[in-house]
Amino acid sequence: MRKRRLSLIAGAALAGLALAGCSPAGGSTDDGNANQVEVFTWWASGSEKVGLDALVSVFDEQNPDVDFTNAAVAGGAGSNAKAALASRLEANNPPDTFQAHAGAELTDYIEAGQLQDLSSFYEENGLNEALPPTLIDQLTSDGKIYSVPSNIHRANVTWVNVEVLESAGIDPNVAPADMDAWIDDLTELKDSGVETPLSLGTEWTQMQLFENVLIADLGAEGYTGLWDGTTAWDGPGVATAVDHYDQLLDFVNTDYAGLDWDAATQLVLDGNAGYNVMGDWAEAAFVQAGQTYGTEYTTWATPGTEGVFDFLADSFTLPEGAPHEAAAIDWLTTVSSAEGQKAFNIAKGSIPARTDAIASDYPAYQQTALKSFGEDTVVSSLAHGAAAASSWSADLSSAIGRFGVDRDGDALIAATVSAASSALG
Amino acid sequence: MRKGVRNWGPPLLLVSPTILILGIFVYGLIAANIQVSTTNRHSLSPQSEFVGLENYLALLSEDRFLHSLFNLVVFTVVFIAGTMLFGFIWAWMLDKGVNAEGMFRSVFLFPMAISFVASGVVWRWLLNSAEGDRASGLNRIFETLGLGFLQNAWWNEPIWGMAAIAMPAIWQLSGYVMALFLAGFRGIPQELREAARMDGASEWKLYRFVVFPQLSPIALSALIIVSHMSLKVFDLIMSVTGSIYQTEVPATYMWVTLTSNDYAKSATIATILLLLASLFIIPYLIQTWRSEKADR
Repeated sequence: MRKRRLSLIAGAALAGLALAGCSPAGGSTDDGNANQVEVFTWWASGSEKVGLDALVSVFDEQNPDVDFTNAAVAGGAGSNAKAALASRLEANNPPDTFQAHAGAELTDYIEAGQLQDLSSFYEENGLNEALPPTLIDQLTSDGKIYSVPSNIHRANVTWVNVEVLESAGIDPNVAPADMDAWIDDLTELKDSGVETPLSLGTEWTQMQLFENVLIADLGAEGYTGLWDGTTAWDGPGVATAVDHYDQLLDFVNTDYAGLDWDAATQLVLDGNAGYNVMGDWAEAAFVQAGQTYGTEYTTWATPGTEGVFDFLADSFTLPEGAPHEAAAIDWLTTVSSAEGQKAFNIAKGSIPARTDAIASDYPAYQQTALKSFGEDTVVSSLAHGAAAASSWSADLSSAIGRFGVDRDGDALIAATVSAASSALG
Repeated sequence: MRKGVRNWGPPLLLVSPTILILGIFVYGLIAANIQVSTTNRHSLSPQSEFVGLENYLALLSEDRFLHSLFNLVVFTVVFIAGTMLFGFIWAWMLDKGVNAEGMFRSVFLFPMAISFVASGVVWRWLLNSAEGDRASGLNRIFETLGLGFLQNAWWNEPIWGMAAIAMPAIWQLSGYVMALFLAGFRGIPQELREAARMDGASEWKLYRFVVFPQLSPIALSALIIVSHMSLKVFDLIMSVTGSIYQTEVPATYMWVTLTSNDYAKSATIATILLLLASLFIIPYLIQTWRSEKADR
C-alpha cells in the first residue's frame, strides 16, 4: 500500500513536469490576428516611457485597427533587453520590431541575417530627403539601411557652470578654440582654487570624454575613419588625443570611477566643478533643478568639435521573419512621420531626426541642438553604440577604464590597435 | 524479477524528475557551454567552426583576463581570511559564555539574510572614494571623528582595491561561519575538556590539542563554502561598482562578453570558472565520500 502511494506521487510529479513543458511560452500573442504589432524596447520608465506612450497614441490615431503590444524589458540601460532579444532572435521568435541604437551596434544583427533591408521603405516614405544626408551616410551599411531613427541625441556637449567660471575670471560664454586652449582654462580654474575643474563619471562617461577628444584632435573625417580603418589607431592623431585625455584626467574628481553620469553632472550643477562633458539628456537635470540656460549654466560643443554633431540615436528595425510584417511597417511609418517624431521627442527631450521639424515647437536647448544638427557634420558616437559594434566598444571601454588606473598611454594605444584589428578583421 | 521492479521502481520514479531536470538544466547546459567554448562563435550569427582550445589559449594570454583573475585572488584571500577570522572569534567568544547569547547570535547572523545586491547598494555609498569636503560614507565618518588620515580611495585603489570590495562580503558571511564554528564548539563533549584540565593542560594546550583537532572538519566545510561563493562573486561587484575594468573579476568579464555577443569567449570564461570551482569542490566531495564510507 505504501509502495503504491509512493508510485502515485512519483507519477504525478512526472506528469506535472511533462505538463509544464507543454505550456506555451509566456507573453506570446494571438498569431491569427494580423492587425497587431509587438514592439520591443527598453523604454520602461521615466521620460523614455512618456515618449513611448506619446508615440503609441499617435500610432493609435493613424492605425486605429492595429493593436499595440508593448514588449518593453526594463533595467540595465538596455543590456537586459538586449540579452532577452538575443535569445528570442536565436529561437526564431522575433518581435515585430525592436529598438536598437542606430549605427554600428546593428552590425551583429545584420551579419547574423536577422534584419530586413529598409532601403525601399526609405524611398517610399521620402526619408532619404527628410533625413540629413550625413545621417543617412552613418546609417547605411554596404548600401543598405536597416533601421528607422526615432530620436537624436548629441554626445559632444560641454556643460558649464557660469558662476564657477566667472569667479575665476574666465568668460563662460566663449568656448575655447581647441583642446590646448581648454586645458589652459582648466589650469587657470584649478589655480584659482577649484578642486575639480572638470567632472567625470564611470567607464562609459570616460569613453564619451575620450571620444570627444578624438573628434577634437582628428576632426570629423579623421574620427569617422577610425571606424572603417582609414585612420590608423597608432597614428599621430590618436597619440595627441591620448596625450590630451591624459592631461584632462589631471583635472577631474578623484572618485570618478564610482560615479554615474548624473552624479558627475550634479557636480557642475552644485558648483563643485566647472565643466562636464555629457550628452544632451543632461539638459533635463538642469531644468529640473530650476536653472536657466544662459544665466546659471550654459553649453557649447566640446572645444575643438565646433561644427561637428556627435550623434547617437534610437531606432526601430524590421526583423527577418517578423510575424506581423504589415503592421510593423505601419509602426515604422509612424516612427518616421513628422507627427510621430514630434510627439516622441518633445516628451523624451531629444530632437527629431527629420530636418523638416519646426524649431519653435521645442524648448530652448533643443532649438540649438536642432540648428546644429541641420548644419553640422554628423559623426557617430562610440560610447553609445553608433560608431562600433558592441564587442569593439566593450574592448575600448575596458582599455579606457584601464588607462584611468595606470595612465599608460602606450598600453592604451596598443589596446585600441588590437581592438580595431580584431573588429575589422 | 517483478519483485525487483517493485523494489527499485517507485524510488527511481520519485527521483526521476530531479534527475531529468538536473540532467538537462545543469549537466546538459554545461556540455552545451563547453561545446560553444570550442567554437569561433564570436557574434550573434549561428554559423561557427570548431577551433579546439584556441579560445582558452587566447584568454589565458590576455592581460585583461589575467587582471580579472588577480582581482579574484585578492578578493578571495581577503574574503576567506576575514570571514574565517571573524567567524571563529565570534563563535569562540559566544562559546565562552555571554549574557543574551541568542541576541548576539542573531545580530551576527542577520547580515546573511540580506541579498548582496541590497547590501551592495549601501556599501557603494559607504565605500565612496571621495575625500575631503565631498566625502561621504566611511570617509565622512573618519573625517568627522578627526581620523581624516584614515580616509582612502577604497576600491578605487589601483592594485589592492578588491580588498575593499571584500569588506561587505566579510560583513555578510562572517555570521554564517560563526554559526558553523559554534555548532562545532558545541559538538565537543564537555568531558573531554574536563579530562584535559584534570591532566593539567593549560588553556592554550586545551585548544591546541583538544578543541582545534575536533573543529577541523567544520573549518574545512566553511572554507569550501566560502571559497566557492567567492569564485562566483558577481552581484556584489555589479552593485558596488558596476562592470568596470578596475574591479573586474571573471564573472563580470563573462557578463560583458555575453552582452557584447561574443558567445564563444563568454562560454570559455564560464568553463574556466567552473574548473576553478571544481578545484575546491571535488577534493571536498572526495573527502566527504571517504568519511561516509568509513562511518558505514
